[in-house]
Amino acid sequence: MTATTGDFGAPMRTHGRGWRQRIGRATPYLLLAPGILWLLIFFVVPSVQMFLTSVSTGSVDSGFKLTFSSKAYETAFTRFPRQLTNSLVYGGLATVLTFLIGFPVAYTIAFRGGRYKNLLLFLVIAPFFTSFLIRTISWKILLNDTGPVIGPLKDAGLVPESFGLLYTPLAVVAGITYNFLPFMVLPLYVALEKIDPRLIEAAKDLYASNIGAFRRVTFPLALPGVFAGSILTFIPALGDWVNAELLGNTQTKMIGNVIQDRFIGQGDYPVAAALSFILMAGILVAVSLYARFLGTEQLTG
Amino acid sequence: MATTAIERPALALRAPRRPIHAVAHYALPAFTIVAIGYLLLPIAVMILFSFNDYSGKFNFAWRGFTLYGWLHPFDWQGLGPAVQTSVFVATISTVFATILGTLIGLALTRYQFRGRGAINGLIFLPMATPEIVMGASLLTLFVASAVQPPFKDVVPRGLLYPLGVQTILVAHIMFNISYVVVTVKARLAGFDRRLEEAAMDLGANEWTTFWRVTFPLIFPGILAAALLAFSLSIDDFIITNLVSGSTTNTFPIWVYSIQKNALPLQINVIGSIVFLGAVGLVALSTVIQARRR
Repeated sequence: MTATTGDFGAPMRTHGRGWRQRIGRATPYLLLAPGILWLLIFFVVPSVQMFLTSVSTGSVDSGFKLTFSSKAYETAFTRFPRQLTNSLVYGGLATVLTFLIGFPVAYTIAFRGGRYKNLLLFLVIAPFFTSFLIRTISWKILLNDTGPVIGPLKDAGLVPESFGLLYTPLAVVAGITYNFLPFMVLPLYVALEKIDPRLIEAAKDLYASNIGAFRRVTFPLALPGVFAGSILTFIPALGDWVNAELLGNTQTKMIGNVIQDRFIGQGDYPVAAALSFILMAGILVAVSLYARFLGTEQLTG
Repeated sequence: MATTAIERPALALRAPRRPIHAVAHYALPAFTIVAIGYLLLPIAVMILFSFNDYSGKFNFAWRGFTLYGWLHPFDWQGLGPAVQTSVFVATISTVFATILGTLIGLALTRYQFRGRGAINGLIFLPMATPEIVMGASLLTLFVASAVQPPFKDVVPRGLLYPLGVQTILVAHIMFNISYVVVTVKARLAGFDRRLEEAAMDLGANEWTTFWRVTFPLIFPGILAAALLAFSLSIDDFIITNLVSGSTTNTFPIWVYSIQKNALPLQINVIGSIVFLGAVGLVALSTVIQARRR
Protein backbone atom coordinates (compact mmCIF):
# COMPACT_ATOMS: atom_id res chain seq x y z
CA MET A 1 0.00 0.00 0.00
CA THR A 2 2.96 2.38 0.19
CA ALA A 3 2.30 4.78 -2.59
CA THR A 4 5.24 5.36 -4.88
CA THR A 5 4.06 8.95 -4.89
CA GLY A 6 5.26 9.27 -1.30
CA ASP A 7 8.89 9.76 -2.27
CA PHE A 8 7.91 11.77 -5.31
CA GLY A 9 9.35 15.25 -4.84
CA ALA A 10 9.35 14.87 -1.10
CA PRO A 11 12.97 15.92 -0.52
CA MET A 12 12.43 19.13 -2.49
CA ARG A 13 9.80 20.79 -0.36
CA THR A 14 8.90 20.24 3.25
CA HIS A 15 6.03 22.66 3.69
CA GLY A 16 2.45 21.37 3.37
CA ARG A 17 3.49 17.72 3.31
CA GLY A 18 0.36 16.43 5.01
CA TRP A 19 -1.89 18.03 2.42
CA ARG A 20 0.30 16.84 -0.38
CA GLN A 21 0.46 13.31 0.91
CA ARG A 22 -3.27 13.08 1.21
CA ILE A 23 -3.64 14.20 -2.41
CA GLY A 24 -0.83 11.84 -3.34
CA ARG A 25 -2.61 8.85 -1.86
CA ALA A 26 -5.83 9.74 -3.63
CA THR A 27 -4.09 10.36 -6.96
CA PRO A 28 -4.48 6.86 -8.48
CA TYR A 29 -8.15 6.81 -7.60
CA LEU A 30 -8.68 10.27 -9.06
CA LEU A 31 -6.97 9.17 -12.27
CA LEU A 32 -9.04 5.98 -12.44
CA ALA A 33 -12.39 7.45 -11.49
CA PRO A 34 -13.73 8.92 -14.74
CA GLY A 35 -12.83 6.01 -17.04
CA ILE A 36 -13.77 3.30 -14.57
CA LEU A 37 -17.08 5.01 -13.82
CA TRP A 38 -17.79 5.07 -17.55
CA LEU A 39 -17.08 1.34 -17.80
CA LEU A 40 -19.17 0.58 -14.71
CA ILE A 41 -22.17 2.53 -15.97
CA PHE A 42 -21.99 1.52 -19.61
CA PHE A 43 -20.49 -1.97 -19.43
CA VAL A 44 -21.19 -3.57 -16.04
CA VAL A 45 -24.65 -2.11 -15.42
CA PRO A 46 -25.93 -3.03 -18.93
CA SER A 47 -24.56 -6.57 -18.54
CA VAL A 48 -26.44 -6.99 -15.26
CA GLN A 49 -29.52 -5.38 -16.79
CA MET A 50 -29.32 -7.78 -19.73
CA PHE A 51 -29.11 -10.77 -17.42
CA LEU A 52 -32.20 -9.51 -15.56
CA THR A 53 -33.97 -9.03 -18.90
CA SER A 54 -33.20 -12.64 -19.86
CA VAL A 55 -35.14 -13.86 -16.82
CA SER A 56 -37.99 -11.36 -17.28
CA THR A 57 -41.21 -11.50 -19.23
CA GLY A 58 -42.92 -8.72 -21.14
CA SER A 59 -42.51 -6.56 -24.22
CA VAL A 60 -40.78 -3.31 -25.15
CA ASP A 61 -44.04 -1.34 -24.98
CA SER A 62 -45.42 -2.69 -21.69
CA GLY A 63 -42.03 -2.92 -19.99
CA PHE A 64 -40.39 -6.02 -18.57
CA LYS A 65 -41.29 -7.72 -15.32
CA LEU A 66 -38.64 -9.60 -13.39
CA THR A 67 -40.22 -13.05 -13.01
CA PHE A 68 -37.06 -15.20 -12.83
CA SER A 69 -38.56 -17.33 -15.55
CA SER A 70 -36.29 -19.61 -17.53
CA LYS A 71 -38.65 -19.51 -20.48
CA ALA A 72 -36.37 -17.33 -22.61
CA TYR A 73 -33.53 -19.83 -22.17
CA GLU A 74 -35.80 -22.73 -23.09
CA THR A 75 -36.93 -20.86 -26.20
CA ALA A 76 -33.32 -20.06 -27.07
CA PHE A 77 -32.24 -23.70 -26.94
CA THR A 78 -35.31 -25.24 -28.52
CA ARG A 79 -35.88 -22.75 -31.32
CA PHE A 80 -32.33 -21.88 -32.32
CA PRO A 81 -30.19 -25.03 -31.96
CA ARG A 82 -29.16 -24.74 -35.60
CA GLN A 83 -27.89 -21.18 -35.23
CA LEU A 84 -26.06 -22.07 -32.03
CA THR A 85 -24.35 -25.00 -33.76
CA ASN A 86 -23.55 -22.90 -36.83
CA SER A 87 -21.79 -20.31 -34.65
CA LEU A 88 -19.69 -22.95 -32.93
CA VAL A 89 -18.82 -24.82 -36.14
CA TYR A 90 -18.10 -21.75 -38.31
CA GLY A 91 -16.28 -19.93 -35.52
CA GLY A 92 -14.24 -23.03 -34.68
CA LEU A 93 -13.42 -23.82 -38.31
CA ALA A 94 -12.44 -20.22 -39.03
CA THR A 95 -10.15 -20.19 -35.97
CA VAL A 96 -8.42 -23.40 -37.10
CA LEU A 97 -8.08 -22.06 -40.65
CA THR A 98 -6.67 -18.69 -39.52
CA PHE A 99 -4.14 -20.64 -37.48
CA LEU A 100 -3.16 -22.91 -40.38
CA ILE A 101 -2.75 -19.92 -42.69
CA GLY A 102 -1.46 -17.52 -40.06
CA PHE A 103 1.27 -19.61 -38.47
CA PRO A 104 3.45 -20.08 -41.59
CA VAL A 105 2.96 -16.39 -42.39
CA ALA A 106 3.94 -15.22 -38.91
CA TYR A 107 6.86 -17.69 -38.88
CA THR A 108 8.15 -16.47 -42.23
CA ILE A 109 7.88 -12.80 -41.26
CA ALA A 110 9.55 -13.38 -37.88
CA PHE A 111 12.45 -15.60 -39.03
CA ARG A 112 12.87 -14.83 -42.70
CA GLY A 113 11.45 -11.32 -43.00
CA GLY A 114 14.82 -9.61 -42.93
CA ARG A 115 14.56 -5.99 -43.95
CA TYR A 116 11.05 -6.51 -45.30
CA LYS A 117 9.69 -7.34 -41.83
CA ASN A 118 7.92 -4.04 -41.27
CA LEU A 119 6.56 -3.88 -44.80
CA LEU A 120 5.16 -7.41 -44.53
CA LEU A 121 3.58 -6.65 -41.16
CA PHE A 122 2.07 -3.51 -42.61
CA LEU A 123 0.56 -5.53 -45.48
CA VAL A 124 -0.92 -7.96 -42.97
CA ILE A 125 -2.73 -5.17 -41.10
CA ALA A 126 -3.60 -3.20 -44.26
CA PRO A 127 -7.15 -4.66 -44.36
CA PHE A 128 -7.85 -2.79 -41.10
CA PHE A 129 -7.62 0.44 -43.06
CA THR A 130 -10.69 -0.52 -45.04
CA SER A 131 -14.15 -0.84 -43.66
CA PHE A 132 -15.00 -4.36 -42.51
CA LEU A 133 -18.34 -4.15 -44.36
CA ILE A 134 -16.79 -3.03 -47.65
CA ARG A 135 -14.25 -5.86 -47.53
CA THR A 136 -17.07 -8.34 -47.05
CA ILE A 137 -19.00 -6.78 -49.93
CA SER A 138 -15.83 -7.13 -52.05
CA TRP A 139 -15.98 -10.86 -51.39
CA LYS A 140 -19.49 -10.80 -52.82
CA ILE A 141 -18.06 -9.30 -56.01
CA LEU A 142 -15.23 -11.86 -56.06
CA LEU A 143 -17.31 -14.94 -55.30
CA ASN A 144 -20.52 -14.35 -57.25
CA ASP A 145 -21.47 -16.83 -59.94
CA THR A 146 -20.08 -14.79 -62.84
CA GLY A 147 -17.31 -13.12 -60.83
CA PRO A 148 -13.55 -13.26 -61.37
CA VAL A 149 -13.10 -16.49 -59.36
CA ILE A 150 -15.96 -18.69 -60.58
CA GLY A 151 -16.41 -17.16 -64.06
CA PRO A 152 -13.07 -18.31 -65.55
CA LEU A 153 -13.41 -21.74 -63.90
CA LYS A 154 -16.79 -22.17 -65.57
CA ASP A 155 -15.52 -20.89 -68.91
CA ALA A 156 -12.71 -23.41 -68.78
CA GLY A 157 -15.22 -26.14 -67.96
CA LEU A 158 -13.47 -26.97 -64.70
CA VAL A 159 -16.63 -26.65 -62.64
CA PRO A 160 -20.24 -27.33 -63.66
CA GLU A 161 -22.51 -24.48 -64.74
CA SER A 162 -24.60 -24.90 -61.59
CA PHE A 163 -21.58 -24.45 -59.31
CA GLY A 164 -21.72 -21.53 -56.91
CA LEU A 165 -19.71 -20.37 -53.91
CA LEU A 166 -21.56 -17.28 -52.77
CA TYR A 167 -24.42 -17.91 -50.31
CA THR A 168 -22.92 -21.21 -49.12
CA PRO A 169 -21.50 -22.18 -45.70
CA LEU A 170 -18.08 -22.32 -47.36
CA ALA A 171 -18.32 -18.63 -48.30
CA VAL A 172 -19.30 -17.77 -44.72
CA VAL A 173 -16.33 -19.64 -43.24
CA ALA A 174 -14.00 -18.11 -45.85
CA GLY A 175 -15.32 -14.64 -45.05
CA ILE A 176 -14.85 -15.06 -41.29
CA THR A 177 -11.38 -16.55 -41.83
CA TYR A 178 -10.47 -13.59 -44.01
CA ASN A 179 -11.78 -10.97 -41.61
CA PHE A 180 -9.97 -12.29 -38.54
CA LEU A 181 -6.70 -13.54 -40.08
CA PRO A 182 -4.68 -10.46 -39.02
CA PHE A 183 -5.85 -10.99 -35.40
CA MET A 184 -4.16 -14.41 -35.57
CA VAL A 185 -0.98 -13.37 -37.38
CA LEU A 186 -0.05 -10.44 -35.11
CA PRO A 187 0.09 -12.25 -31.72
CA LEU A 188 1.80 -15.25 -33.37
CA TYR A 189 4.39 -12.90 -34.85
CA VAL A 190 4.98 -11.18 -31.51
CA ALA A 191 5.53 -14.57 -29.80
CA LEU A 192 7.79 -15.96 -32.55
CA GLU A 193 9.80 -12.75 -32.85
CA LYS A 194 10.70 -12.93 -29.14
CA ILE A 195 12.28 -16.38 -29.51
CA ASP A 196 16.05 -16.30 -29.22
CA PRO A 197 17.34 -17.97 -32.42
CA ARG A 198 20.27 -19.35 -30.41
CA LEU A 199 17.83 -21.67 -28.61
CA ILE A 200 16.89 -23.25 -31.92
CA GLU A 201 20.55 -23.47 -32.93
CA ALA A 202 21.33 -25.09 -29.60
CA ALA A 203 18.65 -27.71 -30.24
CA LYS A 204 20.20 -28.45 -33.61
CA ASP A 205 23.68 -28.58 -32.14
CA LEU A 206 22.29 -31.19 -29.81
CA TYR A 207 21.32 -33.25 -32.85
CA ALA A 208 17.66 -32.30 -33.12
CA SER A 209 16.33 -32.49 -36.67
CA ASN A 210 14.70 -29.39 -38.17
CA ILE A 211 11.29 -30.82 -37.38
CA GLY A 212 12.37 -31.94 -33.94
CA ALA A 213 13.71 -28.47 -33.09
CA PHE A 214 10.50 -26.91 -34.30
CA ARG A 215 8.32 -29.32 -32.34
CA ARG A 216 10.33 -29.25 -29.12
CA VAL A 217 11.61 -25.65 -29.05
CA THR A 218 10.01 -23.19 -31.46
CA PHE A 219 6.39 -24.23 -31.17
CA PRO A 220 6.26 -24.52 -27.35
CA LEU A 221 7.81 -21.07 -27.09
CA ALA A 222 5.18 -19.71 -29.47
CA LEU A 223 2.26 -21.11 -27.43
CA PRO A 224 1.34 -17.80 -25.74
CA GLY A 225 0.92 -16.35 -29.23
CA VAL A 226 -1.16 -19.33 -30.35
CA PHE A 227 -3.36 -18.83 -27.32
CA ALA A 228 -3.78 -15.07 -27.76
CA GLY A 229 -4.37 -15.41 -31.50
CA SER A 230 -7.01 -18.10 -31.11
CA ILE A 231 -8.87 -16.12 -28.46
CA LEU A 232 -8.71 -12.92 -30.51
CA THR A 233 -10.10 -14.80 -33.52
CA PHE A 234 -12.59 -17.15 -31.87
CA ILE A 235 -14.45 -14.59 -29.76
CA PRO A 236 -15.36 -12.14 -32.54
CA ALA A 237 -15.92 -15.04 -34.98
CA LEU A 238 -18.43 -16.62 -32.62
CA GLY A 239 -20.35 -13.37 -32.26
CA ASP A 240 -20.16 -12.33 -35.91
CA TRP A 241 -23.29 -12.17 -38.00
CA VAL A 242 -22.29 -9.92 -40.91
CA ASN A 243 -20.49 -12.65 -42.89
CA ALA A 244 -23.41 -15.04 -42.42
CA GLU A 245 -25.81 -12.31 -43.53
CA LEU A 246 -23.91 -11.10 -46.59
CA LEU A 247 -22.20 -14.29 -47.80
CA GLY A 248 -24.55 -16.99 -46.52
CA ASN A 249 -28.14 -18.13 -46.93
CA THR A 250 -31.08 -18.66 -44.57
CA GLN A 251 -29.58 -21.96 -43.40
CA THR A 252 -26.22 -20.45 -42.42
CA LYS A 253 -27.53 -17.93 -39.86
CA MET A 254 -25.47 -17.69 -36.72
CA ILE A 255 -26.39 -16.83 -33.16
CA GLY A 256 -25.48 -13.18 -33.79
CA ASN A 257 -28.07 -12.99 -36.58
CA VAL A 258 -30.76 -14.16 -34.18
CA ILE A 259 -29.72 -11.76 -31.39
CA GLN A 260 -29.65 -8.89 -33.86
CA ASP A 261 -33.04 -9.82 -35.31
CA ARG A 262 -34.72 -10.46 -31.94
CA PHE A 263 -33.53 -7.10 -30.60
CA ILE A 264 -34.11 -4.86 -33.60
CA GLY A 265 -36.67 -6.69 -35.69
CA GLN A 266 -38.88 -8.43 -33.14
CA GLY A 267 -38.35 -6.50 -29.93
CA ASP A 268 -38.16 -9.89 -28.19
CA TYR A 269 -35.66 -8.76 -25.56
CA PRO A 270 -35.78 -11.70 -23.11
CA VAL A 271 -34.88 -14.32 -25.74
CA ALA A 272 -32.25 -12.06 -27.31
CA ALA A 273 -30.74 -11.42 -23.88
CA ALA A 274 -30.78 -15.14 -23.09
CA LEU A 275 -28.98 -15.89 -26.36
CA SER A 276 -26.37 -13.23 -25.57
CA PHE A 277 -25.80 -14.82 -22.20
CA ILE A 278 -25.49 -18.28 -23.69
CA LEU A 279 -22.91 -16.87 -26.10
CA MET A 280 -20.93 -15.23 -23.27
CA ALA A 281 -21.10 -18.39 -21.15
CA GLY A 282 -19.93 -20.48 -24.11
CA ILE A 283 -16.98 -18.17 -24.62
CA LEU A 284 -16.01 -18.22 -20.93
CA VAL A 285 -16.13 -22.02 -20.85
CA ALA A 286 -14.18 -22.34 -24.11
CA VAL A 287 -11.52 -19.84 -23.01
CA SER A 288 -11.00 -21.43 -19.59
CA LEU A 289 -10.85 -24.98 -21.00
CA TYR A 290 -8.42 -23.79 -23.64
CA ALA A 291 -6.31 -21.99 -21.04
CA ARG A 292 -6.11 -25.17 -18.95
CA PHE A 293 -5.30 -27.25 -22.03
CA LEU A 294 -2.47 -24.99 -23.09
CA GLY A 295 -1.40 -24.35 -19.53
CA THR A 296 -1.24 -20.62 -20.14
CA GLU A 297 -2.33 -18.37 -17.35
CA GLN A 298 -1.75 -15.10 -19.11
CA LEU A 299 -4.89 -14.05 -20.88
CA THR A 300 -3.61 -10.84 -22.36
CA GLY A 301 -0.38 -12.34 -23.67
CA MET B 1 20.88 -35.37 -40.50
CA ALA B 2 23.18 -35.18 -37.54
CA THR B 3 26.24 -34.29 -39.55
CA THR B 4 24.50 -31.58 -41.54
CA ALA B 5 23.40 -29.97 -38.29
CA ILE B 6 27.00 -29.73 -37.18
CA GLU B 7 28.46 -28.32 -40.33
CA ARG B 8 25.78 -25.65 -40.80
CA PRO B 9 25.97 -23.18 -37.94
CA ALA B 10 24.44 -20.20 -39.76
CA LEU B 11 21.87 -22.39 -41.42
CA ALA B 12 19.15 -19.79 -41.72
CA LEU B 13 21.20 -17.59 -44.01
CA ARG B 14 22.74 -20.04 -46.42
CA ALA B 15 20.90 -21.48 -49.38
CA PRO B 16 20.03 -25.13 -48.90
CA ARG B 17 21.83 -27.88 -50.77
CA ARG B 18 19.42 -30.75 -50.47
CA PRO B 19 16.25 -30.64 -52.58
CA ILE B 20 13.97 -31.29 -49.59
CA HIS B 21 15.41 -28.19 -47.92
CA ALA B 22 14.98 -26.18 -51.08
CA VAL B 23 11.24 -26.87 -50.95
CA ALA B 24 11.07 -25.62 -47.37
CA HIS B 25 13.30 -22.70 -48.27
CA TYR B 26 11.07 -21.36 -51.01
CA ALA B 27 7.69 -22.75 -49.91
CA LEU B 28 7.36 -20.56 -46.84
CA PRO B 29 7.96 -17.21 -48.56
CA ALA B 30 5.76 -18.30 -51.45
CA PHE B 31 2.96 -19.27 -49.07
CA THR B 32 3.32 -15.95 -47.25
CA ILE B 33 3.07 -14.00 -50.47
CA VAL B 34 -0.08 -15.91 -51.45
CA ALA B 35 -1.61 -15.35 -48.00
CA ILE B 36 -0.87 -11.62 -48.15
CA GLY B 37 -2.38 -11.58 -51.63
CA TYR B 38 -5.53 -13.12 -50.13
CA LEU B 39 -5.59 -10.36 -47.52
CA LEU B 40 -5.16 -7.60 -50.08
CA LEU B 41 -7.41 -8.98 -52.82
CA PRO B 42 -10.70 -7.49 -51.55
CA ILE B 43 -8.99 -4.11 -51.16
CA ALA B 44 -7.74 -4.27 -54.74
CA VAL B 45 -11.27 -5.15 -55.83
CA MET B 46 -12.68 -2.22 -53.87
CA ILE B 47 -10.29 0.26 -55.49
CA LEU B 48 -10.64 -1.22 -58.98
CA PHE B 49 -14.44 -1.23 -58.82
CA SER B 50 -14.49 2.43 -57.75
CA PHE B 51 -13.68 3.08 -61.44
CA ASN B 52 -16.29 0.68 -62.80
CA ASP B 53 -18.79 2.08 -65.30
CA TYR B 54 -21.40 -0.39 -64.06
CA SER B 55 -24.97 -0.65 -65.20
CA GLY B 56 -28.04 -1.50 -63.18
CA LYS B 57 -28.14 -1.17 -59.40
CA PHE B 58 -25.25 -3.36 -58.33
CA ASN B 59 -21.60 -2.60 -58.92
CA PHE B 60 -20.81 -6.31 -59.34
CA ALA B 61 -19.51 -6.97 -62.86
CA TRP B 62 -16.76 -5.02 -64.62
CA ARG B 63 -18.18 -2.95 -67.51
CA GLY B 64 -15.54 -0.36 -68.30
CA PHE B 65 -13.62 2.58 -66.89
CA THR B 66 -15.16 5.77 -65.49
CA LEU B 67 -14.11 8.57 -63.16
CA TYR B 68 -17.70 9.42 -62.29
CA GLY B 69 -17.57 8.07 -58.75
CA TRP B 70 -14.39 9.97 -57.92
CA LEU B 71 -15.79 13.20 -59.36
CA HIS B 72 -19.06 12.83 -57.46
CA PRO B 73 -18.05 11.05 -54.23
CA PHE B 74 -21.13 12.09 -52.21
CA ASP B 75 -23.69 11.83 -54.97
CA TRP B 76 -26.12 9.50 -53.20
CA GLN B 77 -29.02 10.15 -50.87
CA GLY B 78 -27.87 10.19 -47.24
CA LEU B 79 -24.21 9.41 -47.90
CA GLY B 80 -22.83 12.87 -47.06
CA PRO B 81 -24.57 13.16 -43.68
CA ALA B 82 -23.59 9.57 -42.80
CA VAL B 83 -19.90 10.28 -43.47
CA GLN B 84 -20.18 13.50 -41.43
CA THR B 85 -21.72 11.62 -38.50
CA SER B 86 -18.99 8.97 -38.70
CA VAL B 87 -16.20 11.55 -38.59
CA PHE B 88 -17.92 13.49 -35.80
CA VAL B 89 -18.50 10.38 -33.66
CA ALA B 90 -14.99 9.05 -34.27
CA THR B 91 -13.37 12.40 -33.37
CA ILE B 92 -15.34 13.04 -30.18
CA SER B 93 -15.18 9.44 -28.94
CA THR B 94 -11.43 9.32 -29.65
CA VAL B 95 -10.79 12.48 -27.61
CA PHE B 96 -12.84 11.24 -24.63
CA ALA B 97 -11.61 7.64 -24.72
CA THR B 98 -7.98 8.76 -25.10
CA ILE B 99 -8.18 11.05 -22.07
CA LEU B 100 -10.04 8.56 -19.86
CA GLY B 101 -7.89 5.62 -20.99
CA THR B 102 -4.58 7.47 -20.59
CA LEU B 103 -5.50 8.46 -17.02
CA ILE B 104 -6.25 4.80 -16.22
CA GLY B 105 -3.01 3.73 -17.91
CA LEU B 106 -1.04 6.25 -15.79
CA ALA B 107 -2.73 5.05 -12.60
CA LEU B 108 -2.07 1.39 -13.38
CA THR B 109 1.61 1.77 -14.24
CA ARG B 110 2.80 4.35 -11.76
CA TYR B 111 0.86 3.81 -8.54
CA GLN B 112 0.30 1.03 -6.05
CA PHE B 113 -3.29 0.79 -4.93
CA ARG B 114 -5.89 -1.64 -3.72
CA GLY B 115 -8.14 -3.28 -6.30
CA ARG B 116 -5.65 -3.35 -9.15
CA GLY B 117 -6.67 -6.88 -10.12
CA ALA B 118 -10.32 -5.92 -10.34
CA ILE B 119 -9.48 -2.86 -12.44
CA ASN B 120 -7.35 -4.95 -14.82
CA GLY B 121 -10.24 -7.40 -15.14
CA LEU B 122 -12.69 -4.61 -15.87
CA ILE B 123 -10.38 -3.29 -18.59
CA PHE B 124 -9.94 -6.75 -20.13
CA LEU B 125 -13.61 -7.80 -20.14
CA PRO B 126 -14.92 -5.45 -22.84
CA MET B 127 -12.19 -6.70 -25.20
CA ALA B 128 -13.21 -10.31 -24.52
CA THR B 129 -16.91 -9.67 -25.05
CA PRO B 130 -18.31 -10.12 -28.56
CA GLU B 131 -19.51 -6.86 -30.03
CA ILE B 132 -23.03 -8.16 -30.49
CA VAL B 133 -23.30 -8.84 -26.75
CA MET B 134 -21.95 -5.40 -25.80
CA GLY B 135 -24.25 -3.64 -28.24
CA ALA B 136 -27.22 -5.68 -27.12
CA SER B 137 -26.66 -5.01 -23.44
CA LEU B 138 -26.22 -1.27 -24.07
CA LEU B 139 -29.46 -1.29 -26.04
CA THR B 140 -31.31 -2.93 -23.13
CA LEU B 141 -29.90 -0.25 -20.81
CA PHE B 142 -30.90 2.59 -23.14
CA VAL B 143 -34.41 1.24 -23.56
CA ALA B 144 -34.68 0.57 -19.81
CA SER B 145 -33.72 4.20 -19.15
CA ALA B 146 -37.02 5.17 -20.73
CA VAL B 147 -39.35 2.50 -19.36
CA GLN B 148 -37.83 0.51 -16.47
CA PRO B 149 -38.30 1.82 -12.89
CA PRO B 150 -34.86 2.24 -11.29
CA PHE B 151 -33.35 3.73 -14.47
CA LYS B 152 -36.46 5.65 -15.52
CA ASP B 153 -36.35 7.77 -12.36
CA VAL B 154 -32.60 8.45 -12.44
CA VAL B 155 -31.86 9.14 -16.10
CA PRO B 156 -33.16 12.47 -17.44
CA ARG B 157 -35.84 12.00 -20.07
CA GLY B 158 -34.47 12.05 -23.61
CA LEU B 159 -30.81 11.67 -22.57
CA LEU B 160 -30.33 8.04 -23.62
CA TYR B 161 -33.61 7.33 -25.36
CA PRO B 162 -34.69 7.86 -28.15
CA LEU B 163 -31.41 6.53 -29.55
CA GLY B 164 -29.21 8.84 -31.61
CA VAL B 165 -25.72 10.31 -31.98
CA GLN B 166 -25.38 10.58 -28.19
CA THR B 167 -25.92 6.85 -27.63
CA ILE B 168 -23.44 5.99 -30.40
CA LEU B 169 -20.90 8.25 -28.65
CA VAL B 170 -21.51 6.58 -25.28
CA ALA B 171 -20.96 3.14 -26.84
CA HIS B 172 -17.85 4.11 -28.79
CA ILE B 173 -16.17 5.77 -25.81
CA MET B 174 -16.96 2.64 -23.77
CA PHE B 175 -15.42 0.09 -26.14
CA ASN B 176 -12.44 2.33 -26.96
CA ILE B 177 -11.30 2.91 -23.34
CA SER B 178 -9.85 -0.60 -22.95
CA TYR B 179 -7.86 -0.40 -26.18
CA VAL B 180 -6.42 2.98 -25.17
CA VAL B 181 -5.44 1.65 -21.72
CA VAL B 182 -3.66 -1.37 -23.20
CA THR B 183 -1.77 0.73 -25.77
CA VAL B 184 -0.72 3.45 -23.32
CA LYS B 185 0.30 0.86 -20.70
CA ALA B 186 2.59 -0.83 -23.22
CA ARG B 187 4.36 2.50 -23.80
CA LEU B 188 4.57 3.36 -20.10
CA ALA B 189 5.98 -0.05 -19.20
CA GLY B 190 9.39 0.83 -20.63
CA PHE B 191 9.44 4.27 -19.05
CA ASP B 192 12.62 5.30 -17.22
CA ARG B 193 11.48 6.97 -13.97
CA ARG B 194 14.97 8.33 -13.39
CA LEU B 195 14.34 10.94 -16.08
CA GLU B 196 11.59 12.41 -13.91
CA GLU B 197 13.75 12.21 -10.80
CA ALA B 198 16.47 14.09 -12.67
CA ALA B 199 14.01 16.84 -13.61
CA MET B 200 12.85 17.14 -10.01
CA ASP B 201 16.44 17.16 -8.72
CA LEU B 202 16.99 20.10 -11.02
CA GLY B 203 14.17 21.94 -9.27
CA ALA B 204 11.14 21.27 -11.44
CA ASN B 205 7.87 20.68 -9.62
CA GLU B 206 5.50 17.77 -10.40
CA TRP B 207 3.43 19.78 -12.84
CA THR B 208 6.42 21.01 -14.87
CA THR B 209 8.01 17.58 -14.75
CA PHE B 210 4.89 15.97 -16.08
CA TRP B 211 4.44 18.36 -18.98
CA ARG B 212 8.10 18.83 -19.89
CA VAL B 213 9.41 15.28 -19.33
CA THR B 214 6.73 12.64 -18.84
CA PHE B 215 4.16 13.75 -21.38
CA PRO B 216 6.55 14.24 -24.34
CA LEU B 217 7.97 10.76 -23.68
CA ILE B 218 4.63 8.99 -23.54
CA PHE B 219 3.06 11.09 -26.30
CA PRO B 220 3.81 8.56 -29.10
CA GLY B 221 1.94 5.93 -27.08
CA ILE B 222 -1.02 8.29 -26.60
CA LEU B 223 -1.02 9.14 -30.29
CA ALA B 224 -0.95 5.46 -31.26
CA ALA B 225 -3.84 4.81 -28.86
CA ALA B 226 -5.82 7.70 -30.33
CA LEU B 227 -5.27 6.46 -33.89
CA LEU B 228 -6.39 2.97 -32.88
CA ALA B 229 -9.49 4.38 -31.17
CA PHE B 230 -10.33 6.52 -34.20
CA SER B 231 -10.05 3.62 -36.62
CA LEU B 232 -12.08 1.29 -34.37
CA SER B 233 -14.76 3.92 -34.03
CA ILE B 234 -15.04 4.93 -37.67
CA ASP B 235 -15.31 1.29 -38.78
CA ASP B 236 -17.62 0.00 -36.06
CA PHE B 237 -20.78 -1.58 -37.37
CA ILE B 238 -22.17 -4.30 -35.08
CA ILE B 239 -22.43 -2.21 -31.89
CA THR B 240 -23.41 0.99 -33.71
CA ASN B 241 -26.16 -0.83 -35.55
CA LEU B 242 -27.79 -1.77 -32.24
CA VAL B 243 -27.50 1.61 -30.51
CA SER B 244 -27.98 4.10 -33.36
CA GLY B 245 -31.76 3.97 -33.63
CA SER B 246 -33.60 4.29 -36.91
CA THR B 247 -32.85 7.92 -37.79
CA THR B 248 -29.08 8.28 -37.28
CA ASN B 249 -26.69 6.77 -39.82
CA THR B 250 -22.93 6.39 -39.70
CA PHE B 251 -21.10 5.42 -42.89
CA PRO B 252 -21.06 1.64 -42.15
CA ILE B 253 -24.74 1.73 -41.15
CA TRP B 254 -25.56 3.56 -44.36
CA VAL B 255 -23.60 1.04 -46.44
CA TYR B 256 -25.38 -1.85 -44.77
CA SER B 257 -28.82 -0.33 -45.20
CA ILE B 258 -28.27 0.39 -48.89
CA GLN B 259 -26.40 -2.79 -49.95
CA LYS B 260 -29.58 -4.87 -50.12
CA ASN B 261 -31.05 -2.61 -52.81
CA ALA B 262 -28.06 -1.09 -54.58
CA LEU B 263 -24.28 -0.97 -54.52
CA PRO B 264 -23.30 2.47 -55.77
CA LEU B 265 -19.76 3.37 -56.86
CA GLN B 266 -19.56 5.89 -54.05
CA ILE B 267 -19.20 3.11 -51.45
CA ASN B 268 -15.97 2.03 -53.17
CA VAL B 269 -14.81 5.62 -53.59
CA ILE B 270 -15.24 6.55 -49.91
CA GLY B 271 -13.71 3.21 -48.89
CA SER B 272 -10.72 3.85 -51.15
CA ILE B 273 -10.28 7.41 -49.87
CA VAL B 274 -10.23 6.17 -46.25
CA PHE B 275 -7.81 3.36 -47.15
CA LEU B 276 -5.41 5.54 -49.15
CA GLY B 277 -5.58 8.29 -46.50
CA ALA B 278 -4.68 5.84 -43.73
CA VAL B 279 -1.85 4.30 -45.77
CA GLY B 280 -0.60 7.80 -46.56
CA LEU B 281 -0.56 8.72 -42.86
CA VAL B 282 1.38 5.58 -41.98
CA ALA B 283 3.88 6.21 -44.79
CA LEU B 284 4.29 9.83 -43.69
CA SER B 285 4.91 8.90 -40.05
CA THR B 286 7.45 6.27 -41.14
CA VAL B 287 9.31 8.83 -43.22
CA ILE B 288 9.27 11.39 -40.37
CA GLN B 289 10.55 8.81 -37.89
CA ALA B 290 13.30 7.74 -40.27
CA ARG B 291 14.35 11.40 -40.70
CA ARG B 292 14.54 11.96 -36.94
CA ARG B 293 17.05 9.18 -36.52
